[in-house]
Amino acid sequence: MADCGAADGPVKKDDIVRAKNEGKELTKEEKQRLRKEKKHQKKQKDEKRPSERAKEKKPVAPSQPVATQPPTQKAPTVLPASAPIPVPASGAPSHSSPAPSPADKPAKSRAEQKAERRARQDADRASKQQSCFSSSKTKAPPSELNPVVKRLPEHVQVDDPAVVKRLAKKLERQQIPLRSDYGYKVSLFSHLHQYSRKAPLTQQLSIPSTVIHPSIVRLGLQYSQGIVVGSNARSVALLHAFKQVIRDYTTPPNEELARDLVNKLKPYISFLNQCRPLSASMGNAIKYIKKEISNIPSQFKEEEAKTKLQKCIDCYINENVVLAAKAISKYAIKKISDGDVILVYGCSSLVNHILCEAYDKSRKFRVIVVDSRPRLEGREALRRLVQRGISCTYVLISALSYILPEVSKVFLGAHALLANGYVMSRVGTSQIALVARTFNVPVLVCCETYKFCERVQTDSFVSNELDDPDDLMVTRKGKTQLENWHDVSSLGLLNLVYDVTPPDFVDLVITDLGMIPCTSVPVVLRVKNLEQ
Amino acid sequence: MEASPQLVEYFRTQMRTDPDMASAVAAIRTLLEFLRRDKGETILGLRESLKWATDCLTEVDSSVAVSSGGELFLRFISLTSLEHQDLSRCKKVMEERGELFLEKISLSRTKVAKLCHTFIKDGAKILTHSSSRVVLRVLEKAAAEKKRFTVYVTESQPDTAGKQMADALRRLNVPVTVVLDAAVGYVLEKVDLVIVGAEGVVESGGIINKIGTYQMAVCSKAHNKPFYVVAESFKFVRLYPLNQQDVPDRFKYKADTLRTVSDLSDEHPMIDYTPPSLITLLFTDLGVLTPSAVSDELIKLYL
Repeated sequence: MADCGAADGPVKKDDIVRAKNEGKELTKEEKQRLRKEKKHQKKQKDEKRPSERAKEKKPVAPSQPVATQPPTQKAPTVLPASAPIPVPASGAPSHSSPAPSPADKPAKSRAEQKAERRARQDADRASKQQSCFSSSKTKAPPSELNPVVKRLPEHVQVDDPAVVKRLAKKLERQQIPLRSDYGYKVSLFSHLHQYSRKAPLTQQLSIPSTVIHPSIVRLGLQYSQGIVVGSNARSVALLHAFKQVIRDYTTPPNEELARDLVNKLKPYISFLNQCRPLSASMGNAIKYIKKEISNIPSQFKEEEAKTKLQKCIDCYINENVVLAAKAISKYAIKKISDGDVILVYGCSSLVNHILCEAYDKSRKFRVIVVDSRPRLEGREALRRLVQRGISCTYVLISALSYILPEVSKVFLGAHALLANGYVMSRVGTSQIALVARTFNVPVLVCCETYKFCERVQTDSFVSNELDDPDDLMVTRKGKTQLENWHDVSSLGLLNLVYDVTPPDFVDLVITDLGMIPCTSVPVVLRVKNLEQ
Repeated sequence: MEASPQLVEYFRTQMRTDPDMASAVAAIRTLLEFLRRDKGETILGLRESLKWATDCLTEVDSSVAVSSGGELFLRFISLTSLEHQDLSRCKKVMEERGELFLEKISLSRTKVAKLCHTFIKDGAKILTHSSSRVVLRVLEKAAAEKKRFTVYVTESQPDTAGKQMADALRRLNVPVTVVLDAAVGYVLEKVDLVIVGAEGVVESGGIINKIGTYQMAVCSKAHNKPFYVVAESFKFVRLYPLNQQDVPDRFKYKADTLRTVSDLSDEHPMIDYTPPSLITLLFTDLGVLTPSAVSDELIKLYL
């Protein structure tokens, strides 16, 4: 409580300590600036506003806590008293030092002090509201007060050194090694990470790793080496690894399982993110698990809680992956008629499942598998389909316009469906959709609802993944053409993983909820949020 | 189970007594009467018999609207708490809901007309296809608002339904010209807007309507003329055709043809599918919708 006058010095220090304890995020200078502006506005306008907007500094629901009722009555008395007092140059970091109103006595209880501080916050907020109405171009209030501002994720801000430093500090705290970028990055994608497959993160870990659970280490290695690929496969592997983690977990004494387990999972997730950036489906799965863990009632014993969590995970996998695939096949088979020529791209587990189901239901069709370098995933799809007995043709993506006049339908898988209807999928998908649209061939995208995400993207640059550029080198007849690409200073190799397809090119999206047009993705997201 | 000739007879009488009524409305009236007379013992049995009745009616009149109307009727009346002990009380609740539904949809054409007539400006030249009672209602409302407009109607073979539309418009003192189906491209440079009705509105936001509508839509897109569709909400159906081939055969041909002819490749289809990319706006009693909003409304209606 900052009293004016002689008692200023030690009381100010207390204030600073208290401010730090309450975790104020504004820096000293910002707060000083704000206070100066408020003073200006207070002098101009009448500030007797009932501060109904009594919310905390953190953006929170605008419910007014009862405790602030008495202080708001004090607020108007505090403000005019403080107006004529200039801000002390050294400035207490929290609030202006109001003159003690006649009601205040020097010896105040802690509750009263807290109440008065809250009153001052209300006053600050009231004057800030005024500054919105006033025409002067005041400095924009810090973003914490505006709850709508979203921060960019760190993995798309690699060219910003401050963000990189923050990430490094966070990883250091969690005792996870930082993976360094490799090779020359094409300038348009310099905001993304580019790692080399030959330097996996796991080499920098000590053995045995005490911080990271061994199944997570194994998973990270499988991701970074490309042993586990594909959106569904990665999420299911992640959930199984988490099941193992939960099985081996014991609650430390004096801790609650609900909170401690979530904190334990955070370094694992950072580690996996370093090995390979998380996919949208993995993100949704992690959100679900964290929610389930924090909803464990505290009276559950440890064994009960662990079995419940494992059951939840099994249920999630069953509903969202296995049963969804069945439902999607049911709808998709209605769209496959006899004599169809179906084009597929790359290897999508869902599309392969649909085609095998349709073949089992004796639909007569043939498949054209389109493939592209450097991953050549189409070969895997080809193998699976031919094993079933489906007649297939195999082409590279450069032959697309040649083969399309024969095609009657295109089936594509998706990595994620964005909130504005764009489809994020393996690089090359948007090309196929574009050319198919020109030939008036219907394009059907098959995607489970757990891959829908709230993100909005209109181009493939903003958020993507850069794979190892050395993959683009190819050895033919003993010669590797690009093996010295590092020496050529102006040469950059770009190995993109994903691209986005606009909804105009997609005719139909088949989800486990039914067949919807691409523009109805936000409706599904809304329905799902309501269910939760 | 009611004997099906009684059902069909009631349906036909409804259609005869009020020729202005949509066939789907007549079907729903019939279903309501069926519900009243039904002597089933269980709710499940009731639903089954209602479904069977809808199928019977689709056999008489194979339009999309009858099947969609029937399904929506069934959903609407069962979308309420049926936790009563007594079956007769449940039936009463369902009957009340049925009456409510019928009332709502009988007002739908007026609502559509109120929304749409403002898009017809004074001195407009309108092109329409075949005979649609909803479009007629819209034009009536516009004429009542003292707007002056001229109408071009396509003849719409094979049943030359366009001539009926022209007669009705002449009675309203609206200058009308009947054009050949093949003359749509020729006449489009003169018109300002195109308004058509719909037999069914599908999930993608496209429509199913009398054959020739797709052609008209493609031409108006090429000429950059707005293409408006007027339809009541009970015509929304859970179909998602990808192209013309994908529309099920039971909607494409008349009911008699389906029964008598075995090889349909020689028959002329009576309807075609217009994809949503060619439609500017849809006027329904749920409001003025863009084609992509239709899926939203369908999800609300059906889920």
